[in-house]
This record gives sequence, structure tokens and C-alpha cells, in this order.
Amino acid sequence: MEYIIIIISAIFVNNIVLAQFLGICPFVGVSNKISTAVGMGGAVLFVMTLATIVTWMIQTYVLMPLGIQFLQTIAFILVIAALVQMVEIILKKVSPALYGALGVFLPLITTNCAVLGVAILTIQKDFSLMEGVVFAISNALGFALAMVIFAGIREHLELMEVPPGMRGVPIALVTAGILALAFMGFTGIV
Amino acid sequence: MNKNLQNLTKGFIRENPVFAQLLGLCPTLGVTTSAINGMGMGLATAFVLVMSNLAISSVKSFIPDKVRIPAFIVIIASFVTVVELVMQGFVPALFEQLGLFIPLIVVNCIVLGRAEAFASKNTVFSSVIDGLGMGLGFTFALTILGSVRELLGSGAIFSLKLIEGDAMLVFVLAPGAFIALGYLIALTNKLNKTK
Repeated sequence: MEYIIIIISAIFVNNIVLAQFLGICPFVGVSNKISTAVGMGGAVLFVMTLATIVTWMIQTYVLMPLGIQFLQTIAFILVIAALVQMVEIILKKVSPALYGALGVFLPLITTNCAVLGVAILTIQKDFSLMEGVVFAISNALGFALAMVIFAGIREHLELMEVPPGMRGVPIALVTAGILALAFMGFTGIV
Repeated sequence: MNKNLQNLTKGFIRENPVFAQLLGLCPTLGVTTSAINGMGMGLATAFVLVMSNLAISSVKSFIPDKVRIPAFIVIIASFVTVVELVMQGFVPALFEQLGLFIPLIVVNCIVLGRAEAFASKNTVFSSVIDGLGMGLGFTFALTILGSVRELLGSGAIFSLKLIEGDAMLVFVLAPGAFIALGYLIALTNKLNKTK
């Protein structure tokens, strides 16, 4: 039951992009086409889950016993950067097909604040490892959902007659606002 | 001297990190529920920008090219930790409000972007000026967005009540952030075009 609450809350109610404002850069930057949005969503799902597992272990088995929690930010960002590099190298060797699909998005993920954000939130909320994994996966799914819906809208938006000053990012942001308004409808279900 | 002045002022409108370059959108949208929150976040980021530009431009000749990005990230993360601890100690209320977005200054593209694009190629002095200019430009953008949202959402700026009666609460909530920023960027585009 607890897991279901975590899942619904992370995907719909507190959607990581539309309610918590994490990962806005890729949300605006690579959401022109549905196919790239799906690719980015997949890459985030992969890295976010791994990063949350590794940072949780670092926090529990290294930082806490040594009493150096104040190094959390430095330790986490280094771990995430190293992890992304490693995933890239391993994927290239093991599964060239998957690498071909996700490869271009991987370097962008280091500076995706959603990954670091979820890792820190997992610690702040005192989740166990299993809860942390579920939390990370559902947040990544929420990110992918928002990306794909938004990309679908933007594909249509390109055919529209938009006032010159509003073309490009401004109209995209206003659209995202309306999408966020729609997601507010989920408030209160958990 | 003229060039330094230019480095200082370019961040406000023409190369404003938020309105013109669209960098650092996460904290921009996330913390600007009020003018004071926006300003606090902006100043914290400005401090990290100035200090990391200072540190990186002073040590740039010792860092091998291949490991420069991880090295920059460690330097930036150290200053972010400093800001985090200082804010927790002296302004706990603001720290509580900004929450997650303070540690996330590390992944703010503005900071790494200036380190890579400016501080790793220029002298210490001009890097500090550049960091200060960009930091103040970011603070400016966040304060404006915060003021707009606070005014529309609760009828006040810096908690100073300007409009009596009901306000549009939606502007303090998540959707209002996107909509307000969208219109402010459109306005900046317009201003830049006429100049």
C-alpha cells in the first residue's frame, strides 16, 4: 500500500517536472519530438534508478558512519557524474542498440537536476533502499510522462499561427503552465 | 575599464542568464513564489558564481584539460556546501523555504557554463567581474519574476500589500510560474529586438 501511495504521488500529484520544477532544462530543450522525448525519458529512468541506489548506499554506509553528512552535495554529484560516464562506457560495449537509442542523452543527464534532486529527496524523506528505488522509478516515469505529453503538444504547436514575440520558448512555457494546471487536478487523491 | 563595465552590465538584459540564455530554469521556476525568495536564491547563486569563477580562473593553468569538468564540479560543489552551511546557520527561515534548490545550485547550468565559457579562458579579475555581472543578472531576473508572481498571486511585493482584495492564487502555484516566465521571456525578446 505504501508503495502505491509513493508511485501515484510521484507520477501524478507531485509530478517532478510540473509540480516540483526539477529537470526543466531537458523538458524545454529536447521535447520537440515524441521520439526524442521517449529516448530522454528512458535514459533518465535508467540513470535515476542507479544513482538513487548508489547514493543511498554512500549515504548509509560511508557518510553517516563517518559523520560527514555535510559532504553530501559534493559526494553525490561526483558519484552521479562518474556513474553516467560508466553507464555510457558499459552500454557502448554491452548493448550497442540501447546505446544508440540513449547515447546522446547520457552526457546531458549529469547536469539534469532531477537526478541529484531525487537522490537528495530520497535521503531527506528517510526512505529505505526499496522505497527509494520505487520512488526513483516512479519519478522517472512521471518525468517521461510529462516529456511525452509535452512533446506531443509541441508537435502540434509547430503548425499553429503564433504571434512573433511568443514563438519558440515563450509559448512552450505558457503551454507547460496549462499542462501544470491540468495536473493540479490530481491534487488530493493521495 | 570600459570592457569590464560591459562584462558587468551585459547580464542584466542583453545576455541575461534566464530571460535571454534560458539557463538555470529549475530554480527560477521553483523558488520564485515571492520576491524575497527569488532574491535570496539569486544572491546565493551569485556568491557561488563569483567564488567559483575566482577559484577556477586562478587555478586554470594547473588543471589538465581532460579532467577539467570534474575538477570544476568539485570546486563549485565546495562553494555550494559553504553557502548551504552559512544559510542554514544565519537565515534558517529562508533556507527552509528554498529547501532542495540550494544543493541543486551545483547542477545549475549557469555556474558550470560561466566556468567553462569564461573563467577557464580569462584573467582572475575579469572572471570575477563576469561572475558578479551574471550573478546579479540572475538575481535581477529571479526578483522580477518573484515580484510579478507575488503581485498577481497575493497582491503584494516583498510582503508589502499593494492591491486589496482577492488575488489570482494560481500565480503562486506551479502553473503560474510557467505562464509568468513565458510572458517575461516574450517581453525580453521584444526589448532586445527594438534595441
